[in-house]
Amino acid sequence: MKYERAMERRQFLKGTMGAATIMALSGCDNLTQSTWFPSILNKAEKLTERVQRAVTPANALAKEYGEADISKVFPANGNTDPGTGQYAEHVVQNFSEWTLEVVGLVQTPTSWSLAALKELPSRTQITRHDCVEGWSAIGKWTGVPLGDLMRHVQPMPNARYAVFHCADVDDEGISYYESMAVVDCYHPQTILAYELNGAPLDVPHGAPIRLRFERQLGYKHAKYIMRIELVESLAGIGGGKGGYWEDQGYEWYAGI
Amino acid sequence: MASLIELEEAIGPGEQSLSIPEPPVLVAQSNLTDQPAPSFPARERVYRHRLPLRISHWLNVPCLCILIMSGLQIFNAHPALYWGERSDRDQALLSIRPMQTESGEMKGVTTILGRRFDTTGALGYSNGSGRAFPAWATVPSARWLAMGRQWHLFFAWVFVINGLLFMTYAVISRHVTRDLAPTGKDLRGIGKAVKDHLLFRHPVGEEAKRYNVFQKLAYASILFVVAPLIVLTGLTMSPTIDTAFPWLLTIFGGRQAARTIHFLACFSFVGFIVIHVLQVILTGFLNNIRSMVTGWFVVKHEHEGVSHEV
Repeated sequence: MKYERAMERRQFLKGTMGAATIMALSGCDNLTQSTWFPSILNKAEKLTERVQRAVTPANALAKEYGEADISKVFPANGNTDPGTGQYAEHVVQNFSEWTLEVVGLVQTPTSWSLAALKELPSRTQITRHDCVEGWSAIGKWTGVPLGDLMRHVQPMPNARYAVFHCADVDDEGISYYESMAVVDCYHPQTILAYELNGAPLDVPHGAPIRLRFERQLGYKHAKYIMRIELVESLAGIGGGKGGYWEDQGYEWYAGI
Repeated sequence: MASLIELEEAIGPGEQSLSIPEPPVLVAQSNLTDQPAPSFPARERVYRHRLPLRISHWLNVPCLCILIMSGLQIFNAHPALYWGERSDRDQALLSIRPMQTESGEMKGVTTILGRRFDTTGALGYSNGSGRAFPAWATVPSARWLAMGRQWHLFFAWVFVINGLLFMTYAVISRHVTRDLAPTGKDLRGIGKAVKDHLLFRHPVGEEAKRYNVFQKLAYASILFVVAPLIVLTGLTMSPTIDTAFPWLLTIFGGRQAARTIHFLACFSFVGFIVIHVLQVILTGFLNNIRSMVTGWFVVKHEHEGVSHEV
């Protein structure tokens, strides 16, 4: 009798725990599908940004590695070829007609050809690229510090974000773009890279130039940059969240 | 503590209630005759867990479940672990991937240190889809890295803030020194404790009022080793935190090593939770749950008060 009761109790416990697990799981999925819950989860991003910016000195450098640490294969993720006719033409011309425009809320809007960018003082850094998926690769990047271009175009006081408009378009025809805070443009390791491991940047890795934003995750490092626009607000650009991946639910602040 | 302890009546069929005083003559008589003295399974109520500890404990339940399951969702985005700074794909310590056999059948293959295991149905391939951890183990259940990160990073904050408040309280209230730190006596009695555990013999009476040596060791190592480790290795995966505190990369041996340690620490938590819940069930489920909900724990004194025969 006592044994039977114990068995019943065990069955009951097992049943309730199983049901609770299933309810909790589908509960999580229901919360994910709601509109209010993800907006609460989202609050963590602002907190993370505030705290990380508070504990990280403005000019603290990301770790730089030695030649021996360079990855044998540097994965090319995301789009590996913009695939548009216009871009294909640039590739054929070896980007001789390509220009980088820096426009928007700046005193002196300026265009640079690839050759002109390469004549500016450059920075070479061997850094680690951390993908949001979890992998890391180390590469040697050479490029022009974005801060130098910023000092030339002189952002207006109300410019808060630099938006990178890119050449690549996804399968659904949505253009790729990214954005960063203007303050991060001046970080010494924030460069527009035109070389990877000593060779001109190839198409899979973002030719002719890609952003290196060393203190944030890989999806912030826009490839195939055509135009940089300084703006006060990200609303009205793409999906309004500040980037192609951000519009799909990834954090704008990608410090972790 | 004395004021927190009170005696409760033993209530149960066939058991004599203590509230009925027996005439002294009768007691004397019963001592003279061969009748057994009234059994005395006194139940003592002990105030075992204070409110801040209880709140902190129950906050950890959803937190850890969500952190573990959203963590597995994130892991699924790149289901392999490495040592060092880089993730060279041919140098993985562990990988969990779907593979197609020659006959076209899909299999889940888990590779640990070069050794391959067929884990179809659980790891690598489950319910007709190629994914490292199955849908029932991840939050959200569908493959959705962005949402998994949102859950994970939100509850990571809850876990860290809760943990810091708990640690502060535990140190100030001397919960750490009084209840969690194993004493010399505890450690000397470890051999007996092993035997008792293997025989599923659980402490009663005075012994049951304190955590036993394994509880102390388990709680202390989770609190002071595994939890800090999981937080610090999580932070080491942040490229911004790495620039602020580069020594994190040095102590853990690189970002990918930190990711591997994070994963191992996660499964230490899983192991701890399984054993913890099992012990809660085995050592008096309702009493244990009540002590963590209301704070009051009932200790049975099975032999105290019974007059021993000469």
